[in-house]
Amino acid sequence: MARLTIPAQELMRSGHSACPGCGATLVMRYLLKGLGERTIVTVPACCWTVIATPFPTTALDVPMLDCAFEATGASISGLRAAADQLGLKDVTIVGFAGDGGTADIGLQALSGMLERRTDGIYLMYDNEAYMNTGVQRSGATPEGAWTTTTPVDEFSRGKLEPKKDIMAIIAAHNPPYAATVNVAFPEDFVKKVEKAKAIHGPRFFHALAPCPPGWRYSSEKTIEVARLATDTNVFPLYEIVDGVYHITRKLGVAKPVREYLQTQGRFSHLDDAEVAKIQAQVDARWKRLLALEGLA
Amino acid sequence: MTQLVISGNYAQSYAAKLARVHVVSAYPITPQTAIVEKIAEFVASGALPAEYIKVESEHSAMQACISASALGARTYTATSSQGLLLMHELLHWAAGARTPVVMGVVNRAVAPPWSIWTDHGDTMSQRDTGWIQFYGESNQEVLDTTLMAFRLAEHPEVRLPAMVTEDAFYLSHTVEPVDIPGQDQVDAFLPPRERSSTLEVGKAMRLGSFTGPEHYMEFRHKIAKAMVRTRDVFLEIEDDYARITGRNHGGLLPTYKTDDADTVLVTMGTATTTARGVVDAMRADGHKVGLAKLRTFRPFPVQELRDLATRVDRIGVLDRSFTFGAAGAAFTEVAGALYAAPHHPQLRGFVAGLGGRDITAAMVREALLDLLTRDGPESSWVELKSRTEAS
Ligand SMILES: Cc1ncc(C[n+]2csc(CCOP(=O)(O)OP(=O)(O)O)c2C)c(N)n1
Ligand code: SF4
Ligand SMILES: [Mg+2]
Repeated sequence: MARLTIPAQELMRSGHSACPGCGATLVMRYLLKGLGERTIVTVPACCWTVIATPFPTTALDVPMLDCAFEATGASISGLRAAADQLGLKDVTIVGFAGDGGTADIGLQALSGMLERRTDGIYLMYDNEAYMNTGVQRSGATPEGAWTTTTPVDEFSRGKLEPKKDIMAIIAAHNPPYAATVNVAFPEDFVKKVEKAKAIHGPRFFHALAPCPPGWRYSSEKTIEVARLATDTNVFPLYEIVDGVYHITRKLGVAKPVREYLQTQGRFSHLDDAEVAKIQAQVDARWKRLLALEGLA
Repeated sequence: MTQLVISGNYAQSYAAKLARVHVVSAYPITPQTAIVEKIAEFVASGALPAEYIKVESEHSAMQACISASALGARTYTATSSQGLLLMHELLHWAAGARTPVVMGVVNRAVAPPWSIWTDHGDTMSQRDTGWIQFYGESNQEVLDTTLMAFRLAEHPEVRLPAMVTEDAFYLSHTVEPVDIPGQDQVDAFLPPRERSSTLEVGKAMRLGSFTGPEHYMEFRHKIAKAMVRTRDVFLEIEDDYARITGRNHGGLLPTYKTDDADTVLVTMGTATTTARGVVDAMRADGHKVGLAKLRTFRPFPVQELRDLATRVDRIGVLDRSFTFGAAGAAFTEVAGALYAAPHHPQLRGFVAGLGGRDITAAMVREALLDLLTRDGPESSWVELKSRTEAS
């Protein structure tokens, strides 16, 4: 049975300080299950700075190094270089950053780390806004979403611009491994992490991390919302291995995007025309992904 | 030991190599480039078996050094001017995380207007970041001080990052004979760094973290205490270095002909060499003048300055940078240090040599004569051009 493939060992403790229903906590939990205890995590400013609990405690059973908001990629490179010099070659170095810290302010350091082929893993947990500072829009916020800096009012309909395609940016760097993962699909998640662990070079994960207060849904619905994101093709699950795309979950017919959007208050202002526009965009992106997979 | 005729930049590179650094992470900027190019050659030839991380910015250079240092690696980087300013956030970080990164800084003016020439504005603006700051006067001093900086920064009672600066071109691109200590001498002086106990694989530890008002002040106070301790630790380290190499550059505030002086000029960096010649010439004319060199700006040599103030009547301070809205930083800090001293000499500040303008012997002589003949605490800009001259 697939379920048994997830290691039982917990390297993240229940004593953390995330909001109830936080998707980002599950992302860390599954990531560490896949990587095991010979791991060092480096984390920039983001919700996880707080989730990991204040001095002198920690929620992780592996060492964690805080780094500057925009510098996760460089922190991974520094840790890798030190580990190699100090005879810790078997240690996995992983950077764990939010969407703002990755796709916006940290993009340069991430690009540097990928380009110089640092042997490390970078995971972006995507809650689609700057949550730690109170739900401001990021480059990864989807079009139409309400945030505190993209309000919904007479002259404003939420975020106007489409979501930044971080996976395309990553793919352009040609890393040996990149994948999307979703907390609603832990077997797929952990399998991909274990696969990445065995590969050397820069590896990247884009992890969907639903956020009840930021997305405005009730905290027991995290898995339901996350599952719908994939099953409506809003957040497809796939991997790119040495440039070859492979979609890891394909439904015969995807559910309508509306089903996903209507679970969250951040989209509740959208009218039929706006939903139809988003549906068209999701369909187009899915078609493009199928085409990329077809190139193999 | 061998003697090589090398630039200040190569003095930095040789020091990093002799220190057997594990990780170098750097980004190019004039006039620092030769430092990291030479290190790249050392790594490429196998002379230095280090990891050289070719980062995409100075911000990343410093983060990579901090993260490598956090795990226990000996790390080195070098920069100048805009690059140092880009690092600003991470300079605070290195001190806060207590990572003993060592950095060479080639003092260069800050834009705009663009200028690649020497000026202390870049490092002066970083004086509150918790870094130990050394200002070099000669290529030999740069090499020796860099080696000492590693041991000082890594000392268990210090654990603070340290920068060793050199004036652009006057040192960075000027060759001088430099005694290079043997590797065995350096190994005896600078043992390998101890592995980090904060970030140990398999252990539930966090370095950085966050905290509320209940701990933050104590974290800062520990840095403050370490910086105070730095003074004595450095003096011990310099003694040890002298035992092994025979060279001692005179502690935090080396003085020249101050024993019977009534008037002393405080200088930094290469202007000191010029000023030393002026002191000799003026002494020949019967003026009892002397010199004190701010070799460290952090820690600021408060004790040494107060001792000096008990012996002299007039102190002038030569600044190669300016703090807008106030005065030269060295001037205000000297004034601050002397306020609590029992004896208050007359104080004057001189701002000179910004953006690479030569600080000439004539300028220094003029300043010293001014100091001898006029009272007043004000600070003045030396030989400023009039508008018509400048345009
Ligand atoms: C240089 C800098 N700018 C701004 C901040 C403030 N800041 C801290 S966390 C954060 C938002 C992080 O957003 P994201 O990376 O998406 O992570 P999340 O909080 O959503 O988990 C911001 C803007 C900072 N710490 N450093
Ligand atoms: S704001 Fe969102 S991402 Fe942050 S801790 Fe709460 S649920 Fe998690
Ligand atoms: Mg976010």
